[in-house]
Amino acid sequence: MSNYIIEAENLCFSYKSEDGTALPVIKNLTFGIEAGSFVAILGHNGSGKSTLAKLCNMILTPDSGKLRVGGVDVTDENLTEDDIYNLRRKIGMVFQNPDNQLVATIVEEDIAFGPENLGIAPGEIRRRVDDALRAVNMTEFARHSPSQLSGGQKQRIAIAGIIAMLPDCIIFDESTAMLDPIGRAEVMETIERLNREKGITVLLITHYMDEALRADRVMVMNRGELFLDDTPRRVFSQVDKLKSVGLDVPQVTDLVNRLRTEAGFAIPADILHSAEAVEILAKLYHEIGGKH
Amino acid sequence: MLKDITLGQYFPGNSILHKLDPRMKIFLIIIYIVTIFAANNPVSFVLVLASAFVLMFLSKIPAKLILGGLKAVFFIMAFTAVINIFWTTGEHLLVDVGFIKIYAEGIEYAVFMIVRVISLIIGSSVLLTYTTSPIALTDGLERVLAPLKVLHIPVHEFSMMMTIALRFIPTLIEETDKIISAQKARGADFSSGNLMQRAKALIPVMVPLFVSAFHRADELAVAMECRCYRGGEGRTRMTQLHYHTRDFLMLGALLLFMAVVIVLNFVF
Repeated sequence: MSNYIIEAENLCFSYKSEDGTALPVIKNLTFGIEAGSFVAILGHNGSGKSTLAKLCNMILTPDSGKLRVGGVDVTDENLTEDDIYNLRRKIGMVFQNPDNQLVATIVEEDIAFGPENLGIAPGEIRRRVDDALRAVNMTEFARHSPSQLSGGQKQRIAIAGIIAMLPDCIIFDESTAMLDPIGRAEVMETIERLNREKGITVLLITHYMDEALRADRVMVMNRGELFLDDTPRRVFSQVDKLKSVGLDVPQVTDLVNRLRTEAGFAIPADILHSAEAVEILAKLYHEIGGKH
Repeated sequence: MLKDITLGQYFPGNSILHKLDPRMKIFLIIIYIVTIFAANNPVSFVLVLASAFVLMFLSKIPAKLILGGLKAVFFIMAFTAVINIFWTTGEHLLVDVGFIKIYAEGIEYAVFMIVRVISLIIGSSVLLTYTTSPIALTDGLERVLAPLKVLHIPVHEFSMMMTIALRFIPTLIEETDKIISAQKARGADFSSGNLMQRAKALIPVMVPLFVSAFHRADELAVAMECRCYRGGEGRTRMTQLHYHTRDFLMLGALLLFMAVVIVLNFVF
């Protein structure tokens, strides 16, 4: 028994265009996501990262290869509707546009939507809804209408709606892309807390470098293939490689890298946070300060 | 500007009528309408009119608001009254000027019709539209109509559609506002010209609005599937409706009222 919640082997998927030609989006992908981990998937548009998420949740079915999600073989042809249903209960998904995920006109009714679909007893739903509201810090908005909330708040409600189904893993498909900086910070903080405190596996699909930094592991996708797969520190120190596939690195990393390669200072390449950079640059300043 | 549109006429409050179970309110309104149409003598009509005002008082909604709602049907009331006055024939001729003949029965009938319409509007608005939130109303309707599922009528689906429509009205209004602003910024003119020109100017607003609405529908469907939605089968509800003493009290009071009106029909 492996400890992987999502496990792919030679996974392939292509969209069919109107004239019948296949457009490969996922090519021969092999990877495993460990239960309880926080993994970021980076990639620019068209790299196949959102398609991967949809495959994990059985919205799309793979062309070939193996994909096991939560112990269920998604490629199994004998999969019943109940199996898919159970899979979706375990693997929650939060999408980009918060407006297009909320169903009900009252916040707590919306959070109850998932558990209601699962046929859970009313008292238990109530308890789960209250827990979920607390988990995203939105308790005081229980009776509000979603239209009265900000983008970040709506997205937190969407997250609460998933938490109430008690999933093992949540896939965030660019869930912060439409939010303002405050909303993004709120949502990221919620995601981190869910991973840390509730032990929920998080798969964060994003194109923001600073969000990917906060993960345990970063998978960089390029044209349907896994381009890099390592800790954030090791991924982001490969500045040139990232830039070659059209991705940026965090500003601080870029600065440090340029100081190193262009100005020739002897400083480490794997600086991710501004605090680290400040420390190292201060040290550097003292060292060369004496000479000039 | 579009944000000011209020949906339905729900007037939040805490009166006994607000607290009634939505299912009970649907039954109550049916009983009330039957009673109004059962009344056929002056005493019953006085009672019916009085009951409408009692309900209005119970709802604690400003009378001005409710009576204001009557303005909308003023023309219909006047029209019905005039027709009744001039076209009803009876035994007591009051006015006879050439071809105009007005009978006492005609006037009586006109007054009755007006009382009926007024009571109907006041009664139904304070019992249902003003005191029940759209969501509670949808919920109540789904449960009251649930037995119709036996006849393969998709009650749950209709109520789900209603809920989603209610949920998306503010979103789409906001979007319309944005599109209009965007078009205005590009020089579109929505406020001059005749009716046809103005209607035509709205086409560039409707097209993107529809495109986005379909797009939203698609995303929402995927999101709902991800949350394990598969129709009403096997679904539970968090909020359970319970009948309280007040529901039965209101039911009793209204049934008694109906009985009195029907008995009065035989007395007079």
